[in-house]
Amino acid sequence: MTRTLGGLGALALGLALLAAAMAVSLGVGSVRVGVPEVLEVVARRMHLGVWDVSLLDDQIVWQLRMPRVLGAAAVGAALALCGAVLQSLTRNDLADPYLLGISGGAAVGAVTVIVLGVSFAGLVGSAAVAAAGFVGALAALAAVLVLAAGRSGTLPPTRTILAGVAVGQVCAAYTSFLVIVSGDDQAARRVLSWTLGSVAGLRWESAVFLAVVALVATVGILGVADQLDAFAFGEAAARSLGVDVTRLRWTLLVGTALVTACLVAHAGLIGFVGLVVPHIVRLVTGPGHRLLLPMCAVVGAIVLVAADTIARSVVDGQEVPIGVVTGVVGAPFFAWLLRRGRNHA
Amino acid sequence: MREGVRLEVRGATWRAAGRDIVADIDLVCEPGTVTGLLGPNGSGKTTLINLLAGQARPASGGVWVGARDLHGLPSRERARLVGLVEQQASTTLDLTVREVVELGRIPHRRGRLSVLDQSPEDTAVVDDALRFADVLELADRSWQTLSGGERQRTQLARAVAQRPAVLLLDEPTNHLDLGHQLDFLTRVRGLGLTTVAALHDLELAAAYCDRVAVLDAGRLVAAGPVHEVLTSALIADVYGVEATVEPHPLHDRPHVRWNGPRQEVGA
Repeated sequence: MTRTLGGLGALALGLALLAAAMAVSLGVGSVRVGVPEVLEVVARRMHLGVWDVSLLDDQIVWQLRMPRVLGAAAVGAALALCGAVLQSLTRNDLADPYLLGISGGAAVGAVTVIVLGVSFAGLVGSAAVAAAGFVGALAALAAVLVLAAGRSGTLPPTRTILAGVAVGQVCAAYTSFLVIVSGDDQAARRVLSWTLGSVAGLRWESAVFLAVVALVATVGILGVADQLDAFAFGEAAARSLGVDVTRLRWTLLVGTALVTACLVAHAGLIGFVGLVVPHIVRLVTGPGHRLLLPMCAVVGAIVLVAADTIARSVVDGQEVPIGVVTGVVGAPFFAWLLRRGRNHA
Repeated sequence: MREGVRLEVRGATWRAAGRDIVADIDLVCEPGTVTGLLGPNGSGKTTLINLLAGQARPASGGVWVGARDLHGLPSRERARLVGLVEQQASTTLDLTVREVVELGRIPHRRGRLSVLDQSPEDTAVVDDALRFADVLELADRSWQTLSGGERQRTQLARAVAQRPAVLLLDEPTNHLDLGHQLDFLTRVRGLGLTTVAALHDLELAAAYCDRVAVLDAGRLVAAGPVHEVLTSALIADVYGVEATVEPHPLHDRPHVRWNGPRQEVGA
């Protein structure tokens, strides 16, 4: 009972922190807006009372920054959630949302559009890049599943991971080739920045879409939380606890891949969040998924909102790619976890 | 505790890579009895346990628990009927003993969306199971810090918390010292469930099982009460070992004393 209350308390605290991080983030940028003004703008837009806000503040906070802050929260939440699910499902601490060749496939689609678009038409819209990234990710996923699936429809985790690596390598070779051959510096620059991820260009429609994806994923995955608990002692133990292992594995691998494809299409590749956040949260909540999964979503959202805030404020007049921020912060953290684990064992 | 039910295997066969691993197994285990599954390495003991546990589906034949065809049941329902303790369970997660035992409640849970931990009923069942397996005072200890005996008792508690009618054990005492072996099997007998245990140690089988079933090269070569089946002729035949089976000086169960590898005539 105390654990239940503790868990709900931790979750409430996390949500409060997320709200605070978003409020701060909405005020940070080339034009600073104070937190009280930010709250007034948001309250007015949510029809919570009558507020006297300046048109400029409203434009900056609600039209320019809200989509990217909301988008960052959604992407962070979904990445961490997918990472946690894949780590449990494959019993592999290194699993992350890009496991199944998603990143490589999305890159093939996006890079193709960027390079061809830049050389033929001068510029391509971000919608075309997003669509191509999504299609590429699905194609890669299909290739991985075909390679990995057994004759009787099983999906052995090790073979699935190796198939993901193989497909990823082919995709990487193709994208490198395309970028080099195009000889177009502008395209190369755009590909590089896509590869490092960004939520800067997000518009309201994309942000709402991503928020819905994150919400649906969280609720859907919570429904199978205790079945993931059953994997603690491996596949046979899960089966003896009444889990239909093959069906659950297909559902969750394909489900998380679809979610990741949506994220990648809109925000590019943002590393380390899906890998590291589940490990951090597990330290606090323990391995039980009914608390771990919602906490991962909340902490993932906080981390990416914070990373985006840093990305647009650390260098004056220029954006640092968000993937650089998560990498710089995430990698040392991961190393620390590694050493901690070694002392533990 | 729950009552055991009748377990029946009819003509069960399982193949891998075109070869029969176990073939035409017919076996009946009466409610509440303990059956020892014997046989040399590779004779198909684990495979048969896996068929009984619903881990694998037989190519032909089937397994009935009471009146129900085990392999026709939804997995969740099957898990409420049959519990399994594996040879050696391992995890990299940092679970407490109580959390491990709570896993046994998974097939019984309803409100699957709930962030809340356990229902009061779950808590009571888990407490009972912890007490039964004598791990209640270890409840808050980390699984990773347990000894082999404590781990196996924890897994038994997990299976008990599952409230099955049939308990399957796959060489559960392999990694235990003598004292823990006897303690473990005494607890298993105390459950009163229909139990099938794959065992290597004939002495233990003789002491703790009501009946034994003997596998050799995937075939069931003998099944029946311990003192009828466990004879020196059978041991020579199946294990290739010269052994003397005699009444134990202190109780009425047979006592197995091995003398050495069987001397092949004309070899």
